Amino acid sequence: MDTFLQQLVNGLTAGSVYAVVALGYTMVYGIIQLINFAHGEVVMIGAMVAFTVINLLAPGGLPAVAVVLIGTSAAIPVCMLVGYALERLAYRPLRHAPRLAPLITAIGLSIVLQHLALLVWSRNILAFPQIIELRTFNVLGATVSNVQVAIVAVCTLMMAGLALLVYRTRLGTAMRATAQNPLVAGLMGIDVNRVIAVTFIIGAALGAVAGVLFGTYYGIAQYTMGSILGLKAFSAAVLGGIGNIPGAMLGGVLLGLVEALGAGYIGEFTDLCHYGWLAARIDACAGDGHFILFGSNYQDVFAFLVLILVLVLRPQGLLGERVGDRA
Amino acid sequence: MHKAKLSIALLSAAVALTGCSKQGGPEVKIGHVGPLTGGIAHLGKDNENGARLAVEEANAAGTRIGGNAVKFVLLAEDDQADPKVGTTVAQKLADAKVAGVVGHLNSGTSIPSSPIYAQAGIPVISGSATNPKLTELGHKTQFRVVGRDDQQGPAIASYLAANNKPKVVAVIDDATAYGEGIANEVEKTLKAARISVLPREKGTDKTTDWKAILTKLRGRKPDAVFYGGMDATGGPLMKQGRELGIKAVFAFGDGACTDEMAKLAGGAAEGLLCSQAGIPVAAADRKFLDAYKKRFNADPILYAPFTYDAANMLIEAMKKANSSDPAKYLPELQKLSFNGATGAIAFDGKGDRRDAEMTIFTMKGGKIEPLAVIKGGKTIPFAAFMKK
Repeated sequence: MDTFLQQLVNGLTAGSVYAVVALGYTMVYGIIQLINFAHGEVVMIGAMVAFTVINLLAPGGLPAVAVVLIGTSAAIPVCMLVGYALERLAYRPLRHAPRLAPLITAIGLSIVLQHLALLVWSRNILAFPQIIELRTFNVLGATVSNVQVAIVAVCTLMMAGLALLVYRTRLGTAMRATAQNPLVAGLMGIDVNRVIAVTFIIGAALGAVAGVLFGTYYGIAQYTMGSILGLKAFSAAVLGGIGNIPGAMLGGVLLGLVEALGAGYIGEFTDLCHYGWLAARIDACAGDGHFILFGSNYQDVFAFLVLILVLVLRPQGLLGERVGDRA
Repeated sequence: MHKAKLSIALLSAAVALTGCSKQGGPEVKIGHVGPLTGGIAHLGKDNENGARLAVEEANAAGTRIGGNAVKFVLLAEDDQADPKVGTTVAQKLADAKVAGVVGHLNSGTSIPSSPIYAQAGIPVISGSATNPKLTELGHKTQFRVVGRDDQQGPAIASYLAANNKPKVVAVIDDATAYGEGIANEVEKTLKAARISVLPREKGTDKTTDWKAILTKLRGRKPDAVFYGGMDATGGPLMKQGRELGIKAVFAFGDGACTDEMAKLAGGAAEGLLCSQAGIPVAAADRKFLDAYKKRFNADPILYAPFTYDAANMLIEAMKKANSSDPAKYLPELQKLSFNGATGAIAFDGKGDRRDAEMTIFTMKGGKIEPLAVIKGGKTIPFAAFMKK
């Protein structure tokens, strides 16, 4: 039981980071129907900038939490700038181009950003300074650390803040209006270009924080970390219904849980020696043996398995509405 | 016909000329290959220095071969740790008719170069390539004075079994040739010692989130966890293991036996048990260490004592055969029993070092410290090994 609970805790932590990254994909998609594949790289740059700042300040004797906060507040504006630059320089000129053009541009930009990061931060795996003193609590047999609590709390706060922004402010109303019909929104006096730019900037800021959380949680950062994280978050966004903000949150958390439970139990379910009639026919099962078909190294497969299942069974996602001309 | 006669005449004239030159007799060229540019250039230079010191000492001692005082010349080449460049450089040395080669530094460059030297009949001794495949290719000219990866697994496993006496061990690998290979060796040795081994868990060489695997393992309460993989994935693994409250001993292979582990895992890395092929530099012969320091004004970094021994063995075999002709001295090299800076060296039929030493380290205060040396199945505490 405590193993199951622990897997839930692990999944919830990873899932809330996925959720925040997924928001960046879903917001942009909701407004201009573009899958911004460079978003994972924005997250990576956030982690890298924070790494540099934290590394500089770590020996300075400031309290650990303050150092991490300064690192984060350095990463946010840098990522906002990157997000804005992407929109202004790459996507806006292609606004009325065929759908495929911006999509391929996004993939290209992701490669460009990765290699820029490679030039700046080298190809080495960077070790995040371990400055936060780890405290663990025992909850019904599961070990929960202060970092995990902080990650879930920060992600929840950010998601709540975003929900307030989108559903309770003038800017949010403008965003939703632009998403529904940019032409009419423009006629109503909304500066559509500005709203789109702001969407990118907000997504990038969320991504920056997610990058820092990811870096401090796992203790490492590398210039390639954005691609797999980005793909998983994208799968989460599709799972929840791309373009749908609560959907991205739900999708992220669900994906984290599916991954943790999947990786935790796949070995047992695919151990053919558990199945009596099969075990008798496999030599490796003799005595206390095992014959495991799929081990936990298939962890990363679950995100994409979920993606495929969703696209086949419910293309609009869990919370998405059926919209014929999108995706 | 005429042409052949002419070239023979020219050749003998050339031999006569070099033979009569007045600066210390004929030259014997020895090649050295390692990366002198790129990320591990410092290790390449360190290897080269070891070989250079041996050559210079042989020259200073006035080594005589075939009745003549000879002058050894070291041709130091850069293979950039790149297999493609490695083979080009190997061909270059073969064309330059070197008598022998020390190198290459990496397994990745040594393996494709090995057939080139074999075809040219040039003996080559690596001081640092540990991949078993290198000597499994079956080339008679290939040797190494460092241990193999597949000797390392049994070494760390038997140390773990004898000193920590675990009842249940979890074995994880990163699904690469190296990680899986060493993990298999460990599992075999542990099972032979009647220790129960949990079903193998696998990550990849890019895994950052080990929590699912570790949580599952925690439920089975292992006394020790072995991981076959590199430090980049091993660091997060150990950190997350401690976070989950796993109290087991963590034991890793040489891929994760670096000071970098202390950075990647932070305080969680303390107490890590790990193994490396060979012996730490500090355990090399005192005379070598002093001579190296005097000549290069620095301490050897990693494999210099091994390349020093490799170069000395080439020279020693030439002296024994009284010839620098590879075809003549190769049989001597195969049966040479040599006492070098890294201890007694003799080759087995494959060209591997007999009873190669393995060193067990532990992480203490953010640095790895040698605990014991394992040689020929015997464990010698490091302090005792140093006294010898």
